[in-house]
Amino acid sequence: MNQLRRTFLKGTSAAGTVAVAIAAGLLKPGQVLAAEWNKVAFNATTTADAMKGLNAAGAAESKDIQIKAPDIAENGAVVPVEVISKIPGTTSIMIFVDKNQNPLTADFELSNGAEPYVSTRIKMANTSHVRVAVKAGGKAYTASKEVKVTIGGCGG
Amino acid sequence: MAEGMKIRATMQGDVADVKALMNHIMETGLRKDAKTGQLIPAHFINQVTATLNGKTVLEAQWGAAISKNPFLGFKVKGAKAGDKIAINAVDNHGEKISGEATVA
Repeated sequence: MNQLRRTFLKGTSAAGTVAVAIAAGLLKPGQVLAAEWNKVAFNATTTADAMKGLNAAGAAESKDIQIKAPDIAENGAVVPVEVISKIPGTTSIMIFVDKNQNPLTADFELSNGAEPYVSTRIKMANTSHVRVAVKAGGKAYTASKEVKVTIGGCGG
Repeated sequence: MAEGMKIRATMQGDVADVKALMNHIMETGLRKDAKTGQLIPAHFINQVTATLNGKTVLEAQWGAAISKNPFLGFKVKGAKAGDKIAINAVDNHGEKISGEATVA
């Protein structure tokens, strides 16, 4: 009986500490992810608007951004895209598909020794330019590559 | 979701080459259910964080246009064999998947 009471008291006080920590803002749920998901940029319907939402408007065309993607993608649901930036001090890489309903596909922030390189697979609804924007030293740069899609990968 | 994520990290010179494969449906919210004609609600990973020995190296925000079962490749300079790579992903429903690997 006594033992039960001990355990019970221990349990409630421990739970109480956690609740207090949450209330005091020490332990936020989902603390791991610092930045809020950029809803404005992801819901934009044009690449230009999405770029504005990411503070990358007016990006200068650059030949130092390499986009590796197929010229013709048979299946728009899985288009491999690899981005390499040769611009010194690259801190973020963004990928857009001009003709998708919401062009912004991904935004990668690099830090602590991460190379200016990302590789992923994206969905494309139609033949479109895949546009990449890069931020380096407070400036934005961009490049694009056309990918022809024979079967779309969004909607259906 | 025990098999939520697979990560492989290998040294190439002084750069760790990390490849991750996540198990996720990545529903765009634009597709219709063939039977009911109703839109299938969006369900996709929208935030990904990768760390090397606990230090953040990559933070990504994703839209629904990342392919189903997402692949993510990145490279980290100055890593060593034996270092720990961890990746945490959260989807728009707040569900989490994560994985860990040792650099080889």
